[in-house]
Amino acid sequence: MPFIPHTEQDIAAMLASIGAKNIDALFDEIPAALRSGKLSAIGDGLNEMQVTRLMHERAAQDVQPLNFIGAGAYEHHIPAAVWEIATRGEYYTAYTPYQAEASQGTLQTLYEYQTMIASLTGMDASNASLYDGASGLAEAALMAVRSHKSSRRVLLPATVSPMYRSVARSIVKLQNIELVEIPFDSATGTTDMKALEQHAGSDIAALVIPQPNFFGVLEDVDALTAWAHAQGALAIALVNPLTLALLKAPGQWAEKGADIAVGDGQPLGAPLSSGGPYFGFMCCKQALVRQMPGRIIGRTVDLDGKQGFTLTLQAREQHIRRAKATSNICSNQGLMVAAATIHMSLLGADGLRRAAAASHANTQALAVQAGGVPGVKRLFGAAHFHEVVLHLPESSAKVLASISSQGISGGFDLQPHYPQLGNAILVCATETKTNEDLQRYVAALRHALH
Amino acid sequence: MLIFERSHPGRRNAAQAPHHAAAISGIPSTLLREDRPLLPEASEMDVVRHYTRLSQKNFSIDTHFYPLGSCTMKYNPRACNTLSMLPNFLARHPLAPEASGQGMLACLYDLQEILKDVTGMAGVSLMPMAGAQGEFAGIAMIRAYHDARNDTARREIIVPDAAHGTNPATAVMCGYTVKEIPTDANGDVDLDALRAATGPQTAGLMLTNPSTLGVFEKRIADIQKIIHDAGGLLYYDGANLNAILGKVKPGDMGFDVIHMNLHKTFSTPHGGGGPGAGAVGVAQRLLPFLPLPVVAKQDETYRYLTEQDLPQSIGHLSAFTGNIGILLRAYVYARMLGAEGMHRVAEFATLNANYLMAELGKAGFAVAFPQRRASHEFIISMKPLKDATGISAMDVAKRLLDKGFHPPTTYFPMLVPECLLIEPTETESKETLDGFVSALKKIRDEAYAAPELVKGAPHTMPVRRLDDVKAARELDLTWKPAV
Repeated sequence: MPFIPHTEQDIAAMLASIGAKNIDALFDEIPAALRSGKLSAIGDGLNEMQVTRLMHERAAQDVQPLNFIGAGAYEHHIPAAVWEIATRGEYYTAYTPYQAEASQGTLQTLYEYQTMIASLTGMDASNASLYDGASGLAEAALMAVRSHKSSRRVLLPATVSPMYRSVARSIVKLQNIELVEIPFDSATGTTDMKALEQHAGSDIAALVIPQPNFFGVLEDVDALTAWAHAQGALAIALVNPLTLALLKAPGQWAEKGADIAVGDGQPLGAPLSSGGPYFGFMCCKQALVRQMPGRIIGRTVDLDGKQGFTLTLQAREQHIRRAKATSNICSNQGLMVAAATIHMSLLGADGLRRAAAASHANTQALAVQAGGVPGVKRLFGAAHFHEVVLHLPESSAKVLASISSQGISGGFDLQPHYPQLGNAILVCATETKTNEDLQRYVAALRHALH
Repeated sequence: MLIFERSHPGRRNAAQAPHHAAAISGIPSTLLREDRPLLPEASEMDVVRHYTRLSQKNFSIDTHFYPLGSCTMKYNPRACNTLSMLPNFLARHPLAPEASGQGMLACLYDLQEILKDVTGMAGVSLMPMAGAQGEFAGIAMIRAYHDARNDTARREIIVPDAAHGTNPATAVMCGYTVKEIPTDANGDVDLDALRAATGPQTAGLMLTNPSTLGVFEKRIADIQKIIHDAGGLLYYDGANLNAILGKVKPGDMGFDVIHMNLHKTFSTPHGGGGPGAGAVGVAQRLLPFLPLPVVAKQDETYRYLTEQDLPQSIGHLSAFTGNIGILLRAYVYARMLGAEGMHRVAEFATLNANYLMAELGKAGFAVAFPQRRASHEFIISMKPLKDATGISAMDVAKRLLDKGFHPPTTYFPMLVPECLLIEPTETESKETLDGFVSALKKIRDEAYAAPELVKGAPHTMPVRRLDDVKAARELDLTWKPAV
């Protein structure tokens, strides 16, 4: 019996101890009418050899194109040691560290993670992760509304990922929280300050500030943060943690710094994996810690005064506070955080900076080369990080399909989400791309437009 | 020692990063970082040793019996990990063309079909990223259903007092108020209280069956009728699905919507607190509201359904498509079990729980519901021991660590004083269960003979009991270098 160790003798002895004549008798409290019949859609069990063959066949179908898509998930080199260590059974098969004395490995790892991510974002505190960046943004909006008290409006620029905006809306609308979209300046690709000004003086809980924004463009984060604070609103920084090796940390934005920083931790050691598992991170200022959702790890001492780590501020959480909890979150993305901690430790500040800088330089080079293809234009004049918007002379869907037929994922089609941009695509070249890869891309683009 | 204390300025891993430090061009200096983030400067070997040694400070299923009630800490087959991490699966970008994900999508589609069959539901979405997000999806669908019928006076969700804290927290996140109802002496829902609580304001009832008290709610047919007659919908919290997998289908009990914790019942790893996966299943009338995307099969091609296909969907809950890597693990597990294996999960989880309950009962421990069958878990109370010796359930739990066992869930559900909620799961052997009984008996002896030994436990862990009050009062959430 797969994964069941019982011998016939064991079963007989156990039933005798219980005083039941067979295993079926153990289900005698379940009304007979409810007992299920045969399972029709589930075949016979496969042994490990058979299931290995099946999964290898399935994986073999999924040959991956050369990837130039970012749009919220980024292809970066992950050191071999990251997943070798993270899938050790002691990390992989432990649970939430409720019994701190027997979970110091997980707890210290999470405390180290909190230190690293709080430093990257320049914030005082971090939780131990949320599900992903998009649901993390929703939690940040809820947190801002909880702490603001009078307003239930959060300003959400159109330069935030359309996927993130859609998720945030699905989650917060049920609590009657209003997400107000702020348009972008079509010349720079940044949040339109004039449009934002129209909300000056109104009661606003928070402004979301993406950096880099969905177009890969850098926002004037100091001005946006200062504007939010002038309105009595919180500034929610939505950031890519890898880029923070180079970009100004949200804690340093404007005079007072952002109040909450969230984003997706995927660039820190999570494989692309068709979308998950990744992890959401959330950091905040000290004053907001008690409004934060999710697990938080604290350092303390044991009976002998020795350093140790434990779950703390649990009175915020659902298992204590029930209907009054800051969120219903319980399981988070712990293992992804362990991987990210190992990833950040291996790369260090210097390695992260190099990966970020190489991604920036590769995308810059790709934009220049693609701009040489007749009819291809780069949109938005403002500085960008590691993604760029290209405007095409023909249907973006058709061009991408043609590039795809040449074994390349040519970018993310912006047309359905931003029709005002016309035939625009979002392209990303991380540090994983060589000069030859960039040339292949440009040749494919040229061919598609031929 | 923290990783930061192993750091040496100037040490770096040349092999892990690009060879050249590329120049940054065109970014105004006001947007650039000036300080250096606090990250370790350590060699690959330093890092590997540090985290390997840290991992060794954990109890885990791979190292210890871990009978944490309501968490289903069963063995996580290694094949599930290996086969979900095949390079083509890991390399696929979520926005790559669906043509490059047909193998992965086939697995997801098959998993949807398997989960539909084993739960008796009409449709499944695999997208929620954890049990609590599955709950959110479920209650959001209940709300979308009522709203679509302009039945907007339904503002209350009923939750039994024995429910997990996520249930009321979820109802609030979905904009509902919570009405709690009591449990009777047999561990069942108090039907009179349920009737009194139900009315035109009722949007639905959230129920875990078997309940967190470890007993099967026998009068589920009556409960179902009370809620449905009042126009409410019935939500199944799948936290305890392991107890009835292949034996009873929640759809047959009349549930309209369920979530499944794939990291419990389908043996995906708990990972020190996630990632999980909280697939949801629905009855016919909730099909239009499923969270996006759902995998569809047309001819021999798989594709994700979008807003165009399901315009009434509650929407997306993740930026992309949920925890795919976890779903692949659940799929491998389900295929290895097959139909017979599904039945066996419930059978042996129940056999192990009832055996352990019988042995502990014979050994004189206070079983909370001795008149009932255990489902896959059961409760014993340490109140008699505490009254006699002052040794609490917490003390017993901590002493179990010294005996090489992860303790059961303590102080939940709160209805039973000094309780231990014990869930052995089907993957544990009789010898392990016998060893656990011996350990508890020994601890009880110690409670009389040497109570200080038990109160001071654990003695063999990397740390002794921690000062939680200090942790909360003098918050230390990040390490700071000495100045």
